[in-house]
Amino acid sequence: MFKKDITAGQKSKVKSSVQRGIRTKVTETYPLLAPHIDEIMPKKEQLDLIKLPDRVSLYALHSTPLFFQHMDDALLPHLTLVHRYPSCFPRIRIDRGAIRFVLSGAALMAPGLTSTGGRLPNPNAKAEDEKYGKEELETGAPVVIEAEGKEHACLVGVLKMGTGEMKEKKKGVVMDAGHYLGDGLWKMHLD
Amino acid sequence: MAETETADAGSSGLMVRNVVYCGVCTLPPEYCEFGGTTKKCEEWLQQHHPDMHAKLYSAGPPVYPPPTQRSQLTTVAITEVLEANMASLSVDAQKRAEKDAQKKAAKAATQEAKEQERKASAMVYIKRIERNKRKYVTAVSGLEAHGLELKKVAKDMGKKFATGASVTKIPSGGEEITVQGDLSDDIFDWVLDTYGDVVPEDNVECIEDKKKKGAG
Repeated sequence: MFKKDITAGQKSKVKSSVQRGIRTKVTETYPLLAPHIDEIMPKKEQLDLIKLPDRVSLYALHSTPLFFQHMDDALLPHLTLVHRYPSCFPRIRIDRGAIRFVLSGAALMAPGLTSTGGRLPNPNAKAEDEKYGKEELETGAPVVIEAEGKEHACLVGVLKMGTGEMKEKKKGVVMDAGHYLGDGLWKMHLD
Repeated sequence: MAETETADAGSSGLMVRNVVYCGVCTLPPEYCEFGGTTKKCEEWLQQHHPDMHAKLYSAGPPVYPPPTQRSQLTTVAITEVLEANMASLSVDAQKRAEKDAQKKAAKAATQEAKEQERKASAMVYIKRIERNKRKYVTAVSGLEAHGLELKKVAKDMGKKFATGASVTKIPSGGEEITVQGDLSDDIFDWVLDTYGDVVPEDNVECIEDKKKKGAG
């Protein structure tokens, strides 16, 4: 989505009623984030709406980007937010070989997740793999992609294929048009 | 940040992390190896976060090395850790990844060299234009080549000199900042003061309006 460098468009203040709507939407989409919602967007603070190219809008608090949204799709967290609250989002892991493709903006393919280095939600997962969840994720679910051997997430986006299907097929595009480390949105600075 | 502190004490037991980002490629340091400027990133990390540098680039047990590789990692070298990370890939994929990385690094290097050259040759012109007999405007062009945002600079100039300052399109394409009043010398000093680190002094030039010269 943000392969090219982008420049921020017009910045405007978010109405308080809309801001309330965003809050509830965020807590609905990411129930794990609910305990932290007051730290991320305090009730009294004024959120900013920044228009980006291709009908993407970015919500920011002061100059920290928080969530972005393409038209009326799901609210997706900015990667800096994911890095600060890693455990609050549904996440899956890709193997090492896939990292360089993801970081150059390629669509995420299923083999990167189904190979030995990748992790998908697994009801029988033990100990450290438990954080990748137990329940299968559906198509259209917003998800954070982590990488094998790395601590931080590298991609955020909406699944194009449910995790169950992935395990079955082990082929095809899982996610395209995500927000990855080093893309235009990442490099954009707000001030 | 205050919010991180409070979150650490949160009842849910979830961690809120403060993340360090590389000053060179802006990614989290562990992803520097994919950025193409690995060498510079390493130097930066060593200077700013030696502890993290030790963890990522030295040969302490890396995060997920296969057991066979672990014994070989004894000397402190960046390549070895990277190699160990690579070991989980097949030989073929490794080769491709290496080639890719080299290509990326070369590309980044040439791009940077080009950028520097361009910046070194880019001039900033401060021009005084006669608007009416004794009225002047000052046009500043060429700042955008040094990575400055004209709109913001114009706003700052307006504030600093308490005059109107706007970004205007010029006929030859591109944009310049127009400041009301004869401020060429002040702007010259101000540009060097505030942006001296990005704009070298030799690259800033004041141009007198020719019309005025003819009259005087």
